[in-house]
Amino acid sequence: MKPWFVGLAGALFGAGITVSGMANPAKVQNFLDVAGSWDPSLALVMGAALLVVTPGFFFVFKMSAPKYAEAFALPTRKDIDWKLLLGALLFGIGWALSGLCPAPALVATLTGVSGFFIFLLAMVAGMILYRFVFES
Amino acid sequence: MVVETVFTPVTAIIGGAMIGLAALVLMWSIGRIAGISGIVAGAILEAEDERNWRLLFLAGLFVGALIASLITGALDDVSSIASTPVLIVAGLLVGIGTRMGGGCTSGHGVCGISRFSQRSIVATTVFMASGAATVFVIRHLFGEGV
Repeated sequence: MKPWFVGLAGALFGAGITVSGMANPAKVQNFLDVAGSWDPSLALVMGAALLVVTPGFFFVFKMSAPKYAEAFALPTRKDIDWKLLLGALLFGIGWALSGLCPAPALVATLTGVSGFFIFLLAMVAGMILYRFVFES
Repeated sequence: MVVETVFTPVTAIIGGAMIGLAALVLMWSIGRIAGISGIVAGAILEAEDERNWRLLFLAGLFVGALIASLITGALDDVSSIASTPVLIVAGLLVGIGTRMGGGCTSGHGVCGISRFSQRSIVATTVFMASGAATVFVIRHLFGEGV
């Protein structure tokens, strides 16, 4: 049953990104363009997700453990360090330039448009680079 | 390149609720955060036991997206809005930035804020602000976008 639920979660996530229109980089960049052709759709996507997850997590965390694992794997750090700030800053710039963040970048490759594969390769390269250059 | 889009509140809310439900299913079943940058990085860089659930989630993500796009046609008119050099720079920034900052729109923006995590609230505020500032620069200071 465990693999089935993980696959289901992935499928719901991918379908949600697709249905919401967030795999369209133009919609994402327009969301960030508050001074121009603003498209507020992304705010509703996040808002709806938060309205489901916030009460949902409240009830899930009442369980002593997840259904198919020994414990919840949750971040424990509370400090605001320079890596959090710089990382979020750089991510925001890349997100705005391309209109793509990680989940939509995956979904957008289904269009077959070569630019999305280029972005995805660069993103993965960045992740690997960070692991082996900055974290070592 | 500036491509106008229309506000789509209904599909935004339906899609957002599905994303939320996905995060709930993952937390309820195996106690993991549905943060896509961490899942992608872990699927490539982690050892086998940590890699497998991530690969399964990503396989589901592509299948779910494919089915949804065939039903709704949501990907029919989707194309890239940036040039190849910009896509490469942006991809590197997203890859490095999400790992350095410990999350992206899903991990910090949805799961973290839902847990009232201060780090996630700060990170989401910062990437929204730097994103908006970047779009302002490329569209309104440079004119046409990149």
